[in-house]
Amino acid sequence: MRNIFLFIRRYRTFFTFLTLQVVALWFLFSYNNFHRAKFLGIANEMTGRINTQYNKVEDYFTLKAENQRLHRFNDSLLNLMPRNFMQRDTSMKMTQDSVSYDTPGNYRRYLSRPATVVYNTINEQKNYIQINRGASQGIKDNMAVVGSDGSAVGVVVNVSANFSQVMSLLHVQNSVSASLKKTGEFGTAEWDGKDPRYITLKRIPKTEEVKKGDTVLTSPVSFNFPPGYMVGTVSDIKLDNTTGMYLLKIKTAANFYNLQQVHVIENIEYEEQRKLNAETKKKIEQVKKTPR
Amino acid sequence: MSDFLRNILRLVVFILLQVYVLNKIPHLHRFITPYIYFLFILWLPFSVSRMWLLVIGFFAGLILDYFMMTPGLHAAACLLIAYVRPFIINILTPKDASEFNYREPSPKAMQWTPYAVYVFILTLLHHGYMIFLEWLDGGRFLDFLIQVVATTGISMLLIFTAELLFPRKLKFRTNTA
Repeated sequence: MRNIFLFIRRYRTFFTFLTLQVVALWFLFSYNNFHRAKFLGIANEMTGRINTQYNKVEDYFTLKAENQRLHRFNDSLLNLMPRNFMQRDTSMKMTQDSVSYDTPGNYRRYLSRPATVVYNTINEQKNYIQINRGASQGIKDNMAVVGSDGSAVGVVVNVSANFSQVMSLLHVQNSVSASLKKTGEFGTAEWDGKDPRYITLKRIPKTEEVKKGDTVLTSPVSFNFPPGYMVGTVSDIKLDNTTGMYLLKIKTAANFYNLQQVHVIENIEYEEQRKLNAETKKKIEQVKKTPR
Repeated sequence: MSDFLRNILRLVVFILLQVYVLNKIPHLHRFITPYIYFLFILWLPFSVSRMWLLVIGFFAGLILDYFMMTPGLHAAACLLIAYVRPFIINILTPKDASEFNYREPSPKAMQWTPYAVYVFILTLLHHGYMIFLEWLDGGRFLDFLIQVVATTGISMLLIFTAELLFPRKLKFRTNTA
């Protein structure tokens, strides 16, 4: 027994090294699997405050691009206004169903909240965006984040009281369901970690007709993203012969170099959808175990 | 300025530089990530005990980790170089901590060649281990090798530029001080 203590005493630096190394690796691997960082709450508040200070300065440099994006988005909304549409036939009067939110039968499925990006990188394999809204402002995990021009940006993976971490589209573990605007066929958008301007759309069958420049939108089957937000445009078409599926190179609609203002969109029915999904899986498993 | 205050200041400057400049600028290539913050560990005074080196290294890495959202990655790499550092110094300049004329490792204190070797070995270890941990998530082995070489190269370049541009004003230690 005494010898053991002597041994530990003699090599105590080495043992400290080993212990701390194990702690570091435990932090790393538990985070990689679940995106739940140890002590994230405190750390996120601290880094968030410092990032906010830095962001006050940095925002000025992207102000012009941000204004243009906002202006374009406002313009697209302006075009939807009922006063843009006229009737030629005066005998028939069309009434615009302007109040879609209080018409019986309609209900709200998505809710948007504004936020500001305080930290963002594009150089890593796993890029995260930190935004200045957190649990106190109603942000929850798995909410979708879109840019100020309505382009898909990422998904919230972790929240602290006043800040949230968003997994950017530029993250190698990211996969977002996206569909072609023309045919409605949907696949998954992933990132290979190479060029921050391009992502890859997989699982579009080769029977579809795809052209360069085709628009890719968020798909109607996504749990996080509302349908119809712009993901990007097709810039290169490749055919994967082993699977018979396209590998489409997509130029992202969001400019990750100068993200500034974003919207965090909540799918109000997310929890219900996810629960149903999980329960279905469980049920099928049970059926498998007890053959009919 | 006391050694303690000077090193705290250095840590803050290095972390801010790493987080807000080096990680923000568009990189030349995705394999070439400029790293310089770990120079903080290389510049710690000779007199810091091995135990403290480990603790300081771990937390310096962890602070960067929480900015980069990679908890544990840089901490593990920094811990490794903090552990290896005393051995390397011992091999390159076999002296006791009190025998050095200067307080910290620098070209002046160790001569240029041993200092360059010292920086090179620790940079390679830091990047090698860190990129290895990242590579475990998936990726080609060749990419891993290229990335280690490229990142080590750019870091060495940065470190020597820093060394030449900002010569540290190190007091020559005398018996009176």
